[in-house]
Amino acid sequence: MASKVFIGAGAGFACDRTDAAGPVADTLASLPGARFLIFETLAERTLAQSQLDRRRDAARGYNPALERFVGPVLARCLRDGIKIIGNFGAANPSAAAARIQAMAHAQGLRAPRIGVVDGDDLTALLSPAELAARETGGAVLRNATEIIAANLYLGAEPIAQALDQGADIVVTGRVADSALALGPLIHAFGWKLDDWGRLAAGTLAGHLLECGSQITGGYFADPPFKTVSGMADLGYPIAEIDPDGGMVITKPAATGGRVDRFTVIEQLLYEIHDPSAYLAPDVVLDITDVTVEEVAPDRVRVTGARGKPAPETLKATVCVDGGVLGEAEISYAGPNAAARARLAAQTIGERMNRRAPGLVFRVDAVGVVSVLGDAGGALARPWASDPGDVRLRFAAQSKIAAEVELLLDEVEALYCAGPAGGAGVRKRLTPRLASASCLIERKYALPRVTLTGGSP
Amino acid sequence: MTARTVRLYEIANARSGDKGNRLNIALVCRDPAHYSAVARHVTAERVAAVFAGRKPSRVVRYDLPKLAAFNFVLDDVLEGGVNASLGLDGHGKSLSYLLLDIPVQIASQPTVATCDSHVNR
Repeated sequence: MASKVFIGAGAGFACDRTDAAGPVADTLASLPGARFLIFETLAERTLAQSQLDRRRDAARGYNPALERFVGPVLARCLRDGIKIIGNFGAANPSAAAARIQAMAHAQGLRAPRIGVVDGDDLTALLSPAELAARETGGAVLRNATEIIAANLYLGAEPIAQALDQGADIVVTGRVADSALALGPLIHAFGWKLDDWGRLAAGTLAGHLLECGSQITGGYFADPPFKTVSGMADLGYPIAEIDPDGGMVITKPAATGGRVDRFTVIEQLLYEIHDPSAYLAPDVVLDITDVTVEEVAPDRVRVTGARGKPAPETLKATVCVDGGVLGEAEISYAGPNAAARARLAAQTIGERMNRRAPGLVFRVDAVGVVSVLGDAGGALARPWASDPGDVRLRFAAQSKIAAEVELLLDEVEALYCAGPAGGAGVRKRLTPRLASASCLIERKYALPRVTLTGGSP
Repeated sequence: MTARTVRLYEIANARSGDKGNRLNIALVCRDPAHYSAVARHVTAERVAAVFAGRKPSRVVRYDLPKLAAFNFVLDDVLEGGVNASLGLDGHGKSLSYLLLDIPVQIASQPTVATCDSHVNR
């Protein structure tokens, strides 16, 4: 049984920095004991996108950045016994495993033993109507006839099983993000699956690590109030976990960023709703009694996670076709730019009202009111000042692509038929996936663990 | 002791997170001494008023006194969420700064302007 477990995070989202894992792997290699490197690369929508990739090509459907994430650290991890766990398998974990084998071969490495975890796909188990009946907090699935992707959030047990069976690398599809850390802890410490206190601590470790640099100075800097040095070289986090579930969060030496009570508390509460009941597949985590204590520079001790029995249902993310999103932009600059931009927006309103009266579209004036939105009608009120450089943005979404294209064409037509000096039109049409959350009975959770490649 | 008014961003940190059409904003006091003043001024009702343009269906504040922090949960404020919003910020990542713009009254003593680590470097 391990006396301490070290878990580093190599990525916190699908488009994260691909050179971040290197310093984490190097640091793990210098530490004694059980060491794991986790990659969290699946957002709510990413998996459905991967499902579409797989439909186009049966050998795809895993995270397209897999090689860029794993390639640079594969040799080091295999040589030093650092196990890699990643949900970069997305919609096709076995294809991702095959790709990693090919990478190992190309790098002249031994064939790794790879555990593939799947069984998160619900599309063969539940019909669109049955999924719609289980939707919570919305009605995206009402009347849906075709499901693009429906994936359960599996727990940590299959990951622990794959490691028990000697896996060097574990590739999963949809699992709870925190399970990427809890799985190794169950494996290394032999934690029982009803030891709610420890499962809660492991879930907390996973929660703190799962967004990578968001606990080491990313998504944080706001000088002069919140300063972060070395933003271009943020060190990604490492958790040092004791058998009782207490942990220290730190980062590799000689990297940028900061780990202190402020970065840790912000991440502790990130995407949390009720702090006394954070629902994970394996346990309900209560963080209301958590203590965060700085014990040394860039070392923060986190204790006090409490656990309650696992919820009876599991969350699933279900995606259906959402039509297309169209966006078009045009700029007005110099004296009286605001008045010309307003006239342009008004002209598009009149044209669209005539040509596609049913289409709802949104107008933003970048530089005046855009990100915080026009929900309160701020765009329509007199602008406080004329910024002299206004970029109008029009956006609409529909199942009828032609309607959306009409809006984009109307914006482009402003070049000649709009106010003076209309400049720099850009148009973009993006396929959209609508997503819903469902609560699914546990009997539909049928995780599978398959070992491939080298011998244990 | 006299009181003075500051914008929340002068004394507190905040971070947005999203799940579907639900937004949470963690609010962390840089100096735990400000916790009770923030608790008094930054109520769920006050936050609901600040976000009124987004028509929240429910706003709940959870208090975390051991961390000198609060967690605000706002339902149905993300225009359907990242996969449905027509806006530029479907995640609501910028919205923590809407909260940080709230003025609060605090006791008129020196405040912690920055949030440096308590541990010497």
